[in-house]
Amino acid sequence: MTLTALAALVPLLPFLGGAAGLLLGRRAPGFVRPVAVLPTATAFVLAAIVAARQGTGAPTDAAHRLATTGSIPIDLALHLDGFSVLIALLVGLVATCVQLYSLSYLRDDPRYPSYAALVSLFTAAMLLVVYTGDLMVLLVGWEIMGICSYFLVGHYWETEPARTASLKAFLVTKLGDVPFLIGVFALATDAGTFRISGILDAAAHGRLQHPTVTALLLLAGVAGKSAQFPLHTWLPDAMAGPTPVSALIHAATMVAAGIYLVARLLPVFTASTAALAVLAAMAAVTMIGSALAALAQDDIKRVLAYSTIGQLAYMAGALAVGNRDAAVFHLLSHGAFKALLFLAAGALIQVAGTNSLAAMSRMDDLARRAPDARWTLAIGLAALAALPPFSGFFSKESVLRAAEHAANGDTAHVPSAVGWTVLIAGLLTAFLTATYAARLFLLAGVPPLIGRPAAAPAAGPAAGPGEPAAAEPSPAPQPKPSAEQGPVPPADPAPAAPGPDPSGAPDPDPDPGIRTGVPPLMTGVLWVLAVPTIAFGGLTYRSLPDWFDGLSLGPALVTSVLSTGLALVGVLAAWAAWQATAAARRSVPIGAVVAVPADAEPELVEAEAIESHEEIYGDIGAADDPGDPGRLLLGPLHRPAAHGFHLDAVYTALFVRPVLAAASLVRFLDRDVVETYVQGAGAVPRLLGAAVRRAQTGNVQTYLSALLAGAVVLAVLVAVGG
Amino acid sequence: MNALAAGHHPGFLSPTGVEITFVLVGLATLGAAVLTVSTRQLVHAALWLVVALGGLAVEYLLLTAEFIAWVQVLIYVGSVVVLLLFGLMLTKAPIGRSPDADSGNRPVALGVAVAAAATLVWVVVDAFRTTWIDLHGVVQGSSRATGVSLFRHWVLPFEALSVLLLAALVGAIVLSRREEK
Amino acid sequence: MHLAYPAVLASLLFCVGVYGVLARRNAILVLMSVELMLNAVNLNLVAFDVWLRDTLHAGQALTLFTITIAAAEIGLGLAIVLLVYRNRGSSDIDRLTGLAEPRPGSSGGPLVPGAAADEDTADENATPHGTTDTKATEKANEKAEASA
Repeated sequence: MTLTALAALVPLLPFLGGAAGLLLGRRAPGFVRPVAVLPTATAFVLAAIVAARQGTGAPTDAAHRLATTGSIPIDLALHLDGFSVLIALLVGLVATCVQLYSLSYLRDDPRYPSYAALVSLFTAAMLLVVYTGDLMVLLVGWEIMGICSYFLVGHYWETEPARTASLKAFLVTKLGDVPFLIGVFALATDAGTFRISGILDAAAHGRLQHPTVTALLLLAGVAGKSAQFPLHTWLPDAMAGPTPVSALIHAATMVAAGIYLVARLLPVFTASTAALAVLAAMAAVTMIGSALAALAQDDIKRVLAYSTIGQLAYMAGALAVGNRDAAVFHLLSHGAFKALLFLAAGALIQVAGTNSLAAMSRMDDLARRAPDARWTLAIGLAALAALPPFSGFFSKESVLRAAEHAANGDTAHVPSAVGWTVLIAGLLTAFLTATYAARLFLLAGVPPLIGRPAAAPAAGPAAGPGEPAAAEPSPAPQPKPSAEQGPVPPADPAPAAPGPDPSGAPDPDPDPGIRTGVPPLMTGVLWVLAVPTIAFGGLTYRSLPDWFDGLSLGPALVTSVLSTGLALVGVLAAWAAWQATAAARRSVPIGAVVAVPADAEPELVEAEAIESHEEIYGDIGAADDPGDPGRLLLGPLHRPAAHGFHLDAVYTALFVRPVLAAASLVRFLDRDVVETYVQGAGAVPRLLGAAVRRAQTGNVQTYLSALLAGAVVLAVLVAVGG
Repeated sequence: MNALAAGHHPGFLSPTGVEITFVLVGLATLGAAVLTVSTRQLVHAALWLVVALGGLAVEYLLLTAEFIAWVQVLIYVGSVVVLLLFGLMLTKAPIGRSPDADSGNRPVALGVAVAAAATLVWVVVDAFRTTWIDLHGVVQGSSRATGVSLFRHWVLPFEALSVLLLAALVGAIVLSRREEK
Repeated sequence: MHLAYPAVLASLLFCVGVYGVLARRNAILVLMSVELMLNAVNLNLVAFDVWLRDTLHAGQALTLFTITIAAAEIGLGLAIVLLVYRNRGSSDIDRLTGLAEPRPGSSGGPLVPGAAADEDTADENATPHGTTDTKATEKANEKAEASA
């Protein structure tokens, strides 16, 4: 089989699987699971074969024109190069892992068939986006992803947050897609083709008429899809979807599509300094803002969502300094470790029965109940914080190195100010990222040992290594037994919550019926993903340039020392704050867990937890927890950060209210003004009709009189006129 | 023929005896007709109708259509009016003056009728001012002439009409029969 | 003889018939007026036939046919009037307003608004007009179904 045929099969298989899943879902329930997993897994294998055969060779282009479609032709074009085959490999890996994980996570869900089919369809769309060489075909995949995301975020549509979140995700990304579409048209008009190779050729020869406008239009779509400021607000809310969806769509693949597109069209962007500057500013604002917001979130998945936004901003920063190698490198490693983080978080949520960090931080046996989730979470967080030797370190270093390179003015087309912006923001974010990563782990993964030394042997060894990469804070996590307070079991403060589960309160004698373990399938997936999280960056940074544009991706000394140092400082700061707030955590009981039977499927727990979070803690993502180290670290910034710097409120004031007002104005105009004319137009014939109806007396003589009178009049007229 | 007829007759100012008779009988007929439609006694209306129809039969005779005249007397005066009288009685029409013989449409009817009459008379007079009928030739409406033309040229319509009469007969019986309970 | 005499007489008779048709209340009187109109036409036919000296005698033949048809018409018309009288208890034309447009606000069904008006006369007549009305309704329903 030729390389192009193989590559064409890669998106086709999940698509067929998805279609079959949608068709078969109700009739043949037995086939649903194989149909969901096997095509995706096969596509992953095929993507690996394609990657191996394509290798570091010259890009492969193949195109087939189905029909002439007007002025600018649309081709079914394939473009295989190092970027596309590796990203396809990542998509295949994450999609396969997510499908396997979902088998267990949604094992009893009646809507599993449609869910799995949509995930398959989504995978197919993403692979299409990755492989295609034609912007129109790319746009097709792009929009399919958007609609799949809408459906999947709304998977728990019984819950209010999921409904609003899915709508928000759809609308906000569409807001970006409209200028994106216009930008694509502008590009194609200038270049005379939708083929990416043709467009790049045009950009290289300076045939683009308005590079700045076009690039900014495209950037709007990228900001929407990749959740960059100011269109990022949908992503944290999209965490109302099931965890596997968050892992696949909102961490590893779909949000990466925007970055991937910029990487493919980078010459178009480098043709405009203004576009690069805007991209850099966008990336910098997004990075720092999202990191601060992540530090204040209480929902574990929202922390990860903000971290996704931040990491995407890193990639955008790398692109802003004209280095797509670093961007795609970070995309690959981030895809792996973010998927791992989400899946581990999902496992934790189902074990803990809550998605609230405040509640998790008060459970002393959580780590014991989910050791694998905890360890893999630690690995993923270490990669997120860019601690060596995890893969996140290498990819982030490549970004910082590129930024430093540009700051020194060594990169063509890129002003050094752009480089400095990215570099400084990147370093600052490295510190913040490490801080919130450490906070997340300390709250969710390290047991508090509340006044109960007897439990220490059980939890102690697990807590000992704590943060294996950070190493410093972990050896003595709990020096204070705090026995003076006595056992203060955190009573459930929210009676309105869906019922306190016995496992939530750290009972000295844990109920044997509580959820103790993560299903082995989920655990296995976690460890599979842990492998690339640990090893990918370190093993490949030397060979990857052969696949990409050939720029060196190895860490540079200055930036790596700086960023690693900052990260360590961040970890330490988080640890110190955590220690300082330990007393508050002990004294203020908070948190509630959902009452779901111990053998229920995991997603049920999550849906309940998401729905009840606002009810219990007063906010969808934040919690009023004095024991939160993030509160101490952020100080007065905590409140705005917890609410995403009130950007949603700003949008409400700026856009939602005017739109609603305009809508009510339109309604008024329609109902009271236009309708009046319509009713008037109807009323005149109605009046005439009423008048004519009065003539319908039923008296034949009247009718006949009128008839004859008319005949006489006609006769007279004819006689006179004739 | 018109020119020929016009040549023989001088005009209105010298009416012949036939013309005078025709006008007089016509006036009587018209008066009877007016009474038919205006009398308040329903049975009288039927009787005045007899007078009007009889007057018309006389007019037919004056126009030398004798067969038609006798048919007129036979059918109209003999049977139709009798039928109408039966109808009046079967519907329990009031005997004597009834105050509500005319409907509320009367003024309108009067207006329409007068307008129509004015128009028709004007048009007819205007059209046939100078036209005369020549009554001094072969008798036009003798029984022989009518019979010859009827059974030589009009046989098919004549027979079709007999079928129509049969249908009307059946229809009238069906309509007026009381339903058996 | 001057042709205008019979023509004018026919016109006037016709208009008298018109007046009768339009003004008379009793259906039988209306039928009489119709006879007058028919006779006016007959007079016209005969007069013009004589004037034209038609060899086919079309005018006279047609007059005979008209007389025949008039006889048939009067038979059928009387039968209908009788039927109406039996069902409605009245042969007054201006009361037979079953096809009238229902007044806004009146509760009567559109099929039998006249029934309410002649209730006083209908009461003395044993024939319940309701049955015929129901039949008419049924027939209308059947027709609607057939057309559908």
